[in-house]
Amino acid sequence: MIRKSAVEMAAALAKGETTSLALTQAHLDQIAAVDGAVHAFLYVDTEGALAQAGAIDKARAAGEKLSPLAGIPLALKDVLTQKGVPTTCGSKILEGWRPPYDSTVVTNLKRAGIVILGKTNMDEFAMGSSTENSAYGPTHNPWDLTRIPGGSGGGSSAALAAFEAPLAIGTDTGGSIRQPAAVTGTVGVKPTYGGVSRYGLVAFSSSLDQAGPCARTVLDTALLHEAIAGHDVRDATSINAPVPQVVAAAKSGDVKGLKIGVIKELNGDGYQAGVRTRFDESLQLLAAAGAEIIEVSCPNFEYALAAYYLIAPSECSSNLARFDAMRYGIRVGDEAGASAESVMNLTREVGFGREVKRRIILGTYALSSGYYDAYYGSAQKVRTLITQDFIRAFEKCDVLVSPTCPTTAFKIGEKASDPLAMYLNDIATIPVNMAGIGGMSLPCGLAPEDGLPVGFQIMAPAMQDQRMYSVGAALEAALLSKWGAPLLSQIPALAGSK
Amino acid sequence: MSSLSRSDVANLARLARIDMSDSELDALSGELDVILNAVARVQEVARPDIEATSHPLPLKNVYRPDVVQPSLSNAEALSGAPASEDERFRVPQILGEEA
Repeated sequence: MIRKSAVEMAAALAKGETTSLALTQAHLDQIAAVDGAVHAFLYVDTEGALAQAGAIDKARAAGEKLSPLAGIPLALKDVLTQKGVPTTCGSKILEGWRPPYDSTVVTNLKRAGIVILGKTNMDEFAMGSSTENSAYGPTHNPWDLTRIPGGSGGGSSAALAAFEAPLAIGTDTGGSIRQPAAVTGTVGVKPTYGGVSRYGLVAFSSSLDQAGPCARTVLDTALLHEAIAGHDVRDATSINAPVPQVVAAAKSGDVKGLKIGVIKELNGDGYQAGVRTRFDESLQLLAAAGAEIIEVSCPNFEYALAAYYLIAPSECSSNLARFDAMRYGIRVGDEAGASAESVMNLTREVGFGREVKRRIILGTYALSSGYYDAYYGSAQKVRTLITQDFIRAFEKCDVLVSPTCPTTAFKIGEKASDPLAMYLNDIATIPVNMAGIGGMSLPCGLAPEDGLPVGFQIMAPAMQDQRMYSVGAALEAALLSKWGAPLLSQIPALAGSK
Repeated sequence: MSSLSRSDVANLARLARIDMSDSELDALSGELDVILNAVARVQEVARPDIEATSHPLPLKNVYRPDVVQPSLSNAEALSGAPASEDERFRVPQILGEEA
């Protein structure tokens, strides 16, 4: 049962073939069996999950009308608050913190009857592309335990690939949903900025952060998208408009007459041969399904990475000022006579990891008087240029596509000592965040040279998220009929796996 | 092109309220210099006539009705505090010793 899609699990629940309690227990058993090797979870809420599952079973037995995903288990990225459940953001500085409130995403999940299994591992405060920056140790890619599961949401993507959960929540500031999805052979969507509330999402870079759905199929992802999206008065940047019809789009998967633009700058040199092979094959499949493929140019995308690594650190240097050891989190050096300032200095020294410190210092510099215009100001102008590139490109086509990442999953430790090499993983995902539009990654095969998953990225204009789901569903269906089984059926079995 | 010296980094760390060991300062100043040189590329295209984008949505102030909403209880608000006393956050001294 744990290898099925959420839609299949929901059908089994509706028919009375299983219960949410049994389904939840099966996933808890799988976590107990494989998570020692994968380390997708930072915290497993056995008691809470079983209580939620029991309540859904009771409601179902009483004949209550339930939402489509009611009773289905989910893995929650540890950057979203859940009342009473430890929330660390992968950082020592929040060790032991139990938030006194639910994020809106969690409120919406609970309202939909989705069972939250626990909190997943991540790069500290979502800064990273490999989950190696977690203060609690790395997560391992279920395809090859010596490799990274992507980041920052590597725990959520690994949980899906290891059949520890059929649904997961991620957050995406520069690719943290899509890149982990790509390297684990799973599906992940960064909705339009403002499409899903950020209330209770611990902020890294507020103008870029966006929570979104992750799953193993496009339709499961769409159902989860619909469950968590919508306007929220508690988030001033939440869009007050109807949620795009993503479920209908995922069900139809119609791309006839649709124009798909291939971004010239996000292909070619620097992209692994096997990544390009699978990407090109996918384009042919979409063309065969009736889409028109054209090439478009986004000349300013080559500056996106540089602009991102000024804007995100600048915003993070400000956002992370709240970790001051006064109201929550750890406190270090609070001895008689110690000043508040020295306690702050010591706590932040001990509580933050290396990459977080690097970005806080970089952001502090980029925002400092005398350098502001040259760095942060210039980066904001590049952001305008990137948005204009997207606007021009979308005049010629309905969606844009590219490989999600330049390479497949690399080895744990391989890029840990070279921040710039690590940053390059996000070269194809960052432009989407800069413009605030939607982006999806779905699996498009294994690279012939290393047998590891490759991700196909689809980008749609703001609040046109349904277009990604139409194209994603069409490609998924074409690939499935080519392969005869989902890509994840090829994943090597983990020791002890159910 | 500006470059970051070790004492620049020490000053930035002080501004950001992070104590740093000598070895951390040494490592960070080297790394930041490389990163800064890479990100400085934004200056190649940031012409004066281009408007800056600070946010993807064209939002001005967003207000809600000025109505009291339920909020955290005192106990909940203090539940994560490293130290509390008399239903308040207890913090280290904020004024200098001479004060």
